[in-house]
Amino acid sequence: MNKTTQMYAIGSVQDFLMQIGRVVVAGNVELAVFRTSDGGIYALENRSPHPKGGPLAEGIVSGHFLYDPLYDWKIDLRTGEVQAPDEGRVVTYPVTLDEDSLTVSV
Amino acid sequence: MAEKREKLVLVGNGMAGIGTIEQILKLGGAYDITVFGSEPHPNYNRIMLSYVLEGSKTINDIILNDWSWYEENNITLHTGTTVTRIDEGSKQVITENGMAVPYDKVIIATGSNSFILPVPGSDKEGVVGFRDISDCDAMLEAAQQYSKAAVIGGGLLGLEAAKGLVNLGMDVTVVHLMEDLMERQLDRNASSMLQAELERQGVKFAMGKQTVELTGEQRVSGLRFSDGSTLEADFVVMAVGIKPNITLAKESGVSVNRGIVVDDYLQTSMQNVYSIGECAEHRGVCYGLVAPLFEQGMVLAKHLCGSDTKPYEGSVVSTKLKISGVDVFSAGEFMDAPELTVISSKDEWKKTYKKILLKNNVIVGAVLFGDVTESANLQKLVKQGAVMTDEIYSELMGTGCCGGGNKKGTSVEAMADEEIVCGCNGVTKKAIIDAVTENGFTTVDEIKACTGATRSCGGCKPVVEQILQFVLGDSFQQAAKQGICGCTTLSRDEIVAEITAKGLKTTKEVMNVLGWKQEEGCSKCRPAINYYLGMMNPDTHQDEKESRFVNERMGANIQKDGTYTVIPRMYGGVTTPEDLKKIADVSLKYDVKVVKVTGGQRLDLIGVKKEDLPKVWEELDMPSGYGYAKSLRTVKTCVGSQFCRFGTQDSMGMGALMERKYERLDFPAKFKMAVNGCPRNCAESCTKDIGIVGNDGGWEIFIGGNGGIKPRIADAFCKVKTDEELIEVCSAVMQYYRETGNYLERTSEWVERMGLEQIQMVILNNEENRKELAARIDFALTQVTDPWKKILNDNSTRTALFEDARV
Repeated sequence: MNKTTQMYAIGSVQDFLMQIGRVVVAGNVELAVFRTSDGGIYALENRSPHPKGGPLAEGIVSGHFLYDPLYDWKIDLRTGEVQAPDEGRVVTYPVTLDEDSLTVSV
Repeated sequence: MAEKREKLVLVGNGMAGIGTIEQILKLGGAYDITVFGSEPHPNYNRIMLSYVLEGSKTINDIILNDWSWYEENNITLHTGTTVTRIDEGSKQVITENGMAVPYDKVIIATGSNSFILPVPGSDKEGVVGFRDISDCDAMLEAAQQYSKAAVIGGGLLGLEAAKGLVNLGMDVTVVHLMEDLMERQLDRNASSMLQAELERQGVKFAMGKQTVELTGEQRVSGLRFSDGSTLEADFVVMAVGIKPNITLAKESGVSVNRGIVVDDYLQTSMQNVYSIGECAEHRGVCYGLVAPLFEQGMVLAKHLCGSDTKPYEGSVVSTKLKISGVDVFSAGEFMDAPELTVISSKDEWKKTYKKILLKNNVIVGAVLFGDVTESANLQKLVKQGAVMTDEIYSELMGTGCCGGGNKKGTSVEAMADEEIVCGCNGVTKKAIIDAVTENGFTTVDEIKACTGATRSCGGCKPVVEQILQFVLGDSFQQAAKQGICGCTTLSRDEIVAEITAKGLKTTKEVMNVLGWKQEEGCSKCRPAINYYLGMMNPDTHQDEKESRFVNERMGANIQKDGTYTVIPRMYGGVTTPEDLKKIADVSLKYDVKVVKVTGGQRLDLIGVKKEDLPKVWEELDMPSGYGYAKSLRTVKTCVGSQFCRFGTQDSMGMGALMERKYERLDFPAKFKMAVNGCPRNCAESCTKDIGIVGNDGGWEIFIGGNGGIKPRIADAFCKVKTDEELIEVCSAVMQYYRETGNYLERTSEWVERMGLEQIQMVILNNEENRKELAARIDFALTQVTDPWKKILNDNSTRTALFEDARV
């Protein structure tokens, strides 16, 4: 089955605190959106790949890595890749910045 | 009747000579002492010049004995004065300006000079050695004016000089005659790893190059090598070796070879004249390192004081490079040879190398690169000439499974009392043991402040720790050699010290300045540093939400489904029907999943949605119970004298008072208390961080209890008579824990690490100290605010933190 991609305007950079994640519900997907200290904006599905699940948005952000809030897994915000020794991957969604408005493709 | 004291003249105001004088003073030697030094400074620690150059120390930091020390000990000091001759006939030493001082005994400790290569141009401007403060000054100055430096010599000193100059911003090339760096201490493997690491740090190398000329007009402009190639340089440091300074001995007719020849009691060929340190030659060896000089000094001091002493029989030298981030160690034999058995392991990924050499199964030498944690142990084994056993092997090399290396023998036990532990400052094992037993010290820092051990290069720290552990037994928990997390090698104490020393203000600054491996830290260090900063500067520190664990950032406990638990305060476990009604109403309105009574006498409202949190708090209009925080959780109480027929004290009242007083303040970890009205202990004081038990005449205080992961029954701390005393002692204990606890370290671990006696000493034996601690916690308490009040008044933070965006 084909999935179509839809674009959602999620606001401006100022709506996201530096290094503090925020939940954005785009259509029927819940995203965790992060603003890193170098100005990057990353959107990930707000669900830990840990078997017990749980949200990601409240983790601690360092560079382009996230330490998830429940199990302290280290996740690369750019790729969604869970860092060793843990394993897994979070779905990531591209974010684009035009002027001051951010758009995520889901 | 005053006894006529003998006259002792020391020529050379350096570490060797003054070290000997210090020993003589300690032994109570009755001498009139005169010291001559040709440098214009009091005695300083020459081996730390590398740190001055690196910029981490100033010259004042490395002064070992300041002017007042000489005065206090009635020592006549002549600086900037060179002694030219010892006249054996008239028993006088003669100086360049004609002074003649009579002596009964003389110690020549004139040290050594930089060996300046005898090549054309070596006398040009911009060419220096690396031996003393003036050389160091010249290097600091050159770095401001010139950009290209060459260091001739790839030994210890040359590499330290090179790294210092790189740090000062110069483009530095190390020119070395051999193909391997530090070839007199390291084998080829370690040497090439060292070179690679230094190249990574910005040092360039020209290996296998023999300098034949320094070019330039008045000032040096470059080097020419025997193969015809050249190197541009407007500043040259010669670090090719040292030359024992034997001029005085020679002029005076004392036998010299390469150095001043001495016997096993450091006696020269001339009666009553002794020599020690780098200028002396003992059994054909001139030592250029620091440890032997203290060993010699000890023998000489005893000999001069008429105490029994074993002869000096030479030293096992070991080397440690003083460049931050480059760990190299070698001791004894280091080169493979047919008669030696070699045990080695090299890990190119972790960049570590370890080699141990055996001769007839006796450990005769070792080389370490990258990981030098075993250096102290190895140095000792080499010194003792220990026989290799299965135990030692598995301790040093690991057994290849998780059981490897867990049996750390207390090898310091076998160490002789006289053995020098800190080579830099000449501190013996006995001096450290005395510091521990006489002053009750329990930490390396205290020993450092008292004895000077570990004050310089820090290489002896593992041994000092082992001695501490040996003396204190179970009450010493070995400080982890790793840093507080994978981002740093610095310990908690080191970080806190750096924060103070450098006035660091934010976690970012701490991580930048102290060279964090991961620039923005991790989930372990960021909250810790944020805590330390807030603890140290309660009034000025800007709390960093992004460095707080989710629970503390949101002011509620996250549950596994992403909902939160809210716990309102119930001071001392007491509530009112009105509050209960409010809690019930809010729980119904926001569809709370479960209302549960907690172990700490409060109500959990479990399953609140994140976006509802602000409204729940607003409608409850009760203070936050901090069920989520590294902070005071609850003060559990029994019914007490208000209602209980056994109660002797008002435990509910005191519990509520304490909870109100200390709420909201950050601690290293969660903190729980209990107050009981009588010794029946219904509120279970024995498992609380601070447990209080009322009795007929006052209160009894217990600390360090825990009912959690590692249950521990609290220790009886003290008894007090009045409520005021109770609060003052509790305040002091809490603040002392706040100031010395590792982040996430519960008091149960803290009490064991610090030792109960130490905490009692600090708080109970010293009223002034106790009052200061209590004042500091009171000041910090004036700064706390209710997080929910704050969030409710801050719309944008509230939105960004708690509300999902829906698009």
